[in-house]
Amino acid sequence: MANVHVKTTINGNPVEYLCEPRQSLLEVLRDVLNMTGSKEGCNDGNCGACTVSVDGRIVNSCLVLGVEAEGKTITTIEGVATAEGLHPIQQAFLENAALQCGICTPGFIMAAKGLLEQEPDADEERIRHWLAGNLCRCTGYDKIVRAVMDAGERMRAK
Amino acid sequence: MEAIDYAVPNTVKEAIEILSSKGDKARILAGGTDLLVQLRGGRFSLDTVIDVKNIDALNTYTFDSSKGLEIGAAVELYRIYQDPELSEMFPGLMDAATLIGGIQIQGRATFGGNLCNSAPSGDGIPALIAHNAVCNISGPKGDRQMSVEEFCVAPGRNAMDNGEMLVSISVPIPPKGFGSNYQRFIPRNEMDIAVVGVGTSVILDDSGTKFESARISLASVGPTPIFVSDAGEFLAGKEVNDDNIAQAAQMAKNAASPISDMRGTIEQRKHLVEVFTRRTLVESISRAKGLEIQALWKFTSNTEGEN
Repeated sequence: MANVHVKTTINGNPVEYLCEPRQSLLEVLRDVLNMTGSKEGCNDGNCGACTVSVDGRIVNSCLVLGVEAEGKTITTIEGVATAEGLHPIQQAFLENAALQCGICTPGFIMAAKGLLEQEPDADEERIRHWLAGNLCRCTGYDKIVRAVMDAGERMRAK
Repeated sequence: MEAIDYAVPNTVKEAIEILSSKGDKARILAGGTDLLVQLRGGRFSLDTVIDVKNIDALNTYTFDSSKGLEIGAAVELYRIYQDPELSEMFPGLMDAATLIGGIQIQGRATFGGNLCNSAPSGDGIPALIAHNAVCNISGPKGDRQMSVEEFCVAPGRNAMDNGEMLVSISVPIPPKGFGSNYQRFIPRNEMDIAVVGVGTSVILDDSGTKFESARISLASVGPTPIFVSDAGEFLAGKEVNDDNIAQAAQMAKNAASPISDMRGTIEQRKHLVEVFTRRTLVESISRAKGLEIQALWKFTSNTEGEN
């Protein structure tokens, strides 16, 4: 049950940490690395609040072990904005008022990013289907979907 | 979650050694979408999880137009459904792969894990049975094969012995005139456990008017996924018409032995088996005739309305 030394890349930076094998990647991000942007909602893969990208694919970080990050390339919500400013998805969320309490927002943004980077022309049905793994208990989804559609437009224009 | 050790073997042999020495205190980790939830929930207590994603045989899939498709037990669902060649050839598998969990789950979850978890509701299992798939198992006494319909023996239990592990799943090349489909009933549009799931496949003759054979398999209506062999045998040699499809659907209904629980009653589930057997047969037939397959993520006809 010894701690394991893990070398990984998070948001473009090489990162090393020690973790227990039982710790999820989400626990490592939040409790070991103090990156609290990824949220814990259900902790069993239903809500998507902990969504991060691992090697370019979105996953629930609560269902990944911290030790599995060895050699991987991880992007979290902290790596989405750049020195130049917010990501178009973040900007679209702000301008479309696509959040209320905000707990689900990092997960929605990470999920939307995973879609729009591959398919910036995704239509509403595709977006709704893609976001089915993210739960929100306050906005009622509609504003979120509109924001992602708006973000797609912004990303296509770039 | 209680403390555990983490093993990352590079070969099947090493993994089997750990499995054999630890007995039921070790389990295989592929996508973790069932294992980590169950471990956290205290369903079992483990010393070790064995991550098999560093083993080539488990983490690759190969497709050969003569030998068929071999899916490593740790290959994530999205890798299968992203491959356009596979999606045309194995439509029933694609139906299942695109509706297990959400996109995040599909980034981790595997057909192998779905099978080894052996839940009565596993969406991947009826699709694999419809495709006549075979499990390739390795263990301390060597390798063996088993058809998917023989694999699950009780809720959460399968026919593997201590020390054995699923290495891959072989799916034969569909012959000419083949079509398959998996559909499930859930009260939501996505992200739910099947109240009833039905996977079917058909092989039609050259004229497209007769069944050469058919396979029908059910989820969530018994302690294991159910292979309804008699309904498939009934269709063999019969005309493709509504009457025969309805009779096969009735036989599937008779084979279902569901329980009533929070997701549905016995009566509702039996009724749904009949409806979904009919629907999936109709879809399999239309696919066998080369009619247009719906976009993969618009996989069912029962998801109407807003998300």
